[in-house]
Amino acid sequence: MMRRVLLVALVFAAPLAAQDAVPPAEYAYRQLPDARAEAEAHALMTTLRCLVCQGQSIADSDAALAGDMRSLVRQRIAAGETPDQVRAWLVDRYGDWVSYDPPLTPATWPLWAAPIALLGLGGWLAARKLRRKRSGTGDGE
Amino acid sequence: MKRVLLWTPFALAALLLGLMLARLDAPHDETIASQWVDKPMPAFNLPPATDGIPGLAAADLATGEPHLVNIFASWCVPCRVEAPMLETLRARGVRVVGIAIRDTPKDVASFLSEYGNPYARIGSDVDSNVQIAIGSSGVPESFLVDGKGIVREQIQGVILESDVDRIVAKMKAMR
Repeated sequence: MMRRVLLVALVFAAPLAAQDAVPPAEYAYRQLPDARAEAEAHALMTTLRCLVCQGQSIADSDAALAGDMRSLVRQRIAAGETPDQVRAWLVDRYGDWVSYDPPLTPATWPLWAAPIALLGLGGWLAARKLRRKRSGTGDGE
Repeated sequence: MKRVLLWTPFALAALLLGLMLARLDAPHDETIASQWVDKPMPAFNLPPATDGIPGLAAADLATGEPHLVNIFASWCVPCRVEAPMLETLRARGVRVVGIAIRDTPKDVASFLSEYGNPYARIGSDVDSNVQIAIGSSGVPESFLVDGKGIVREQIQGVILESDVDRIVAKMKAMR
């Protein structure tokens, strides 16, 4: 009985500390009415980095600034901007840091080159091993 | 040849471990600098943040006089520490204006009455639009804006007593 009363009390307990004086931005937690625009905006939001939580995308974060950025992204997409334009607008202000989709630059080319080089190395090692097995020598292994 | 191949993975792993250890030891810097320095203030027109103090528009920053634009909020604890420094800057002739982030008129008024008002104008940026438009990522931050309305410097975090002389000199040199 006591447990049930406590549970009911919990349901009505207001999370005082979590209450913000200002309501969240218009489109922070509200989707765009147009489903296609919303899908575009959401896909973009998952590739934009939250400025204050770092390591989370603005789609994942409950930080107030992330909410404001979501609202800004949705409003710009609704106004007819393409996701690439919105991303470029933010990169102009915060640098490549804000985007989870790093551009190809002299500093980032190893990101693309490394997997190809490693795959090549693996292929070469495997080919060597197989060739040795087929020839049956195995040089004493 | 065989021996070299055998040791290569260990060498690579050791190298990786070394890099990780070096990064562990390096000081951790989480600040994200604005890329908007040396660019003109974007167009904006913010309503007053509280009664009796005018709001802030981009046009107010292109009057021929340099301004210090302070991004703050009544809910921001470090901003309370910074308030006396802004007052010192104002007393030494720096034009200080504010942008209040996600704030209410009542809260701004009580913040000013408690910690002093160095601001000639305060714009209310309820959904951080202007803050994002100039590449600011937190409170407090200050932007030094020249007389033509061009951002010349971003100061992230609290302005300290040791920063005051340099800021006053820079603002005097800027027109």
